[in-house]
Amino acid sequence: MSRKFRNPLTRLVVVTGAVLALGSLAACGGGSSSGSDEGTVAGTQSDLDAALAKGGEITYWSWTPSAKDQVAAFEKAYPKVKVKLVNAGTNTDQYTKLTNAINAGSGAPDVAQIEYYAVPQYALSDSLLDLNTYGLNELESSYTASTWGSVSVDGKLYGLPQDSGPMAMFYNKKIFTEAGVTKAPTTWAEYIDAAKKIHAKNPKNFITADSGDGGFTSSMIWQAGGHPFNVDGNTLNVNFEDEGTKKFTTMWNQLHTAGLLSDTPGWTDEWFRGLTDGSIASLITGAWMPGNLEANAAGASGDWAVAPIPTYDGTTAVTAENGGSAQSVIKQSKNPALATAFVRWLNHDPASIEVFLKSGGFPSTTAELGDPAFTETKSKYFGNQEVNKVLAAAASTVAPNWNYLPIQAYAFTIFGDTAGKESYTKNGDINAGLAKWKAALDTYAKQQGFTVK
Amino acid sequence: MTMASGTVRSVPPSRPPVRRKSRKDWRGWIFVGPFMAVFALVFIAPLAYAVYLSTFRNQLIGGNSFVGLDNYTQLLHDASFWHSLIRVLLFLVIQVPIMLIIALGAAMAIDSARLYGANLFRIALFLPYAVPAVVAVLMWGFIYGDQFGLVGQLNDAIGTGLDPFSSSWILVSIGNIVTWSFVGYNMLIFYTTLKTIPAELYEAAELDGAGQFWIIRAIKLPALRGSLVIATIFSIIGSFQLFNEPNILRPLKENIITTDYTPNMYAYNLAFSGQQQNYAATVAIVMGVVTAVIAYVVQLRGSRTEDL
Repeated sequence: MSRKFRNPLTRLVVVTGAVLALGSLAACGGGSSSGSDEGTVAGTQSDLDAALAKGGEITYWSWTPSAKDQVAAFEKAYPKVKVKLVNAGTNTDQYTKLTNAINAGSGAPDVAQIEYYAVPQYALSDSLLDLNTYGLNELESSYTASTWGSVSVDGKLYGLPQDSGPMAMFYNKKIFTEAGVTKAPTTWAEYIDAAKKIHAKNPKNFITADSGDGGFTSSMIWQAGGHPFNVDGNTLNVNFEDEGTKKFTTMWNQLHTAGLLSDTPGWTDEWFRGLTDGSIASLITGAWMPGNLEANAAGASGDWAVAPIPTYDGTTAVTAENGGSAQSVIKQSKNPALATAFVRWLNHDPASIEVFLKSGGFPSTTAELGDPAFTETKSKYFGNQEVNKVLAAAASTVAPNWNYLPIQAYAFTIFGDTAGKESYTKNGDINAGLAKWKAALDTYAKQQGFTVK
Repeated sequence: MTMASGTVRSVPPSRPPVRRKSRKDWRGWIFVGPFMAVFALVFIAPLAYAVYLSTFRNQLIGGNSFVGLDNYTQLLHDASFWHSLIRVLLFLVIQVPIMLIIALGAAMAIDSARLYGANLFRIALFLPYAVPAVVAVLMWGFIYGDQFGLVGQLNDAIGTGLDPFSSSWILVSIGNIVTWSFVGYNMLIFYTTLKTIPAELYEAAELDGAGQFWIIRAIKLPALRGSLVIATIFSIIGSFQLFNEPNILRPLKENIITTDYTPNMYAYNLAFSGQQQNYAATVAIVMGVVTAVIAYVVQLRGSRTEDL
């Protein structure tokens, strides 16, 4: 142990420390160039047919379970076209890669799956092709109003809707009945009443779980008629003080502050166990849920049923969308006609939609939603109930004129930091949490150069 | 342990000093060159790029612009950053000593030659370090579950209300995972150092009538001082870079393990969720400087104690 040896070594360690600490994030940079126009394109749907006949190669990013089979079916129908399917990660993982590729000016796919809430973000940065340039606005009547509205921004069409998630109430009939709730709640007042009965019957059981989820909260505000996210060009306004939002918070606070909700976080192992053993007795969520229940709460087969989402007045059926994606053409695409043709086939051709339905997806196309073959399918898991009938009816009662922020993906990421930390760690008033969320969103929007009202 | 110095002087210089001097510089670079090239490419260049990035701001509206030191002044007033820094400092001050003391005790126990099955003990302690961090954290996540995990079963069995994920316990829970993972690693550093102590020293101590306590105080601990300093510095770096454990546990408790829970998580989320790469680079640079300064202070302190 000579000191001559030891000191340089420790010095090396110190330098290495600095290296590791600094190097860990040195590599993430962002370019400044935004996707430039590849010359103005203008055409009609016949250009798309021509592009399909001519053939070529395109890249498609998606994480949907049906993508692989759909691409195979497409290549079979159009042998001259080669589609390279890439799973670039689920939602935010893929968006990060997509944004980086768009900023870098190359490397983006021709077609990408984009969830409805993220469409405004890419529309704002002018990264997506307006599909109206190929006359796809003619397809409007094929889709539900709410999904079509989600891909239309300022008269431009930034993608074609694939699936949709009109919200409904999935509930464990057995637990409800045991607690003396024999009829599915149709109003929120009845729902709160049921929550009390279920929790009183067995303190381990809760009517539902809410650990603080920005997407869920937004959809619930949407259903209540709120308009918290307002966008006018580069001006943003976040407002959780409007009547609709207050309607939701007043109602939900009665469950939340009274400790009538489980705080098990969604999509975790414990959550699925709760859905299986009945300790989470209902879910207010999108119509894409049945497949997830069948796969991950198989033990509760026969217990669950579907009913329309409860309403505030008990007369007019109204719901909101929760989740769902569109497929968009990225402006960087070298072959926009072929990419658009692929999107048209993917989300409009019956052959593709058949594959999509087979994988358990919930469609956005009115033809399928109105097709008795779809709506009258009896689901074994749900005790032979025709669940699609309830869900398809929900699809036509989505409240109109909803908006997401062009920074919505980030907004959902920081919901836990703000509203979650404030309200959901201690059964606190949800309004206080939403106020924190608004403050953080305003700060972020200002940093990003928006005018905040 | 002084070196014999008589042999050095016996070789006389054989060439004129002028020529030799010019060739010496050139030859040195051949040896250092490959290292310097790689070092410049993978260290200096990204670092310089990060510094460069930190002087810009890229906005969704308005694009990229040079802002000088604005990002740094913003960071000075950023409560999220300071809270996360204080959190890892707290973690450092409590978790690192506990971990190192356990490691030290284990190393001495194994080295004492009184332990039955010392090899098995050594491997068992080291094994957690071989478990990938992601797997380890997921495993602990299951154990910590207060409804269906081991803790939940414990609560049911003995009627306790433990919740390792509650806001007051979460840092302790993370500290436990880190300690579990790294005790074996540090133990190995200490153990190898103990193995290098010449047996004569122990013999001499025994002849002088020193007991185990004195052997530890007078021989083992002084010998371990160097590796203690190194292990401490490694642990400081590890604490400041705390990321894996909280980030993997985050989906289980997003309201408590926030996106700005540790400085590294904050930088990561700024860059990859918030598209604020420039500000993230600023956070990374400031954290690098803080880490280097604290590690350097520890190193100075470590060598000073030896002089006394």
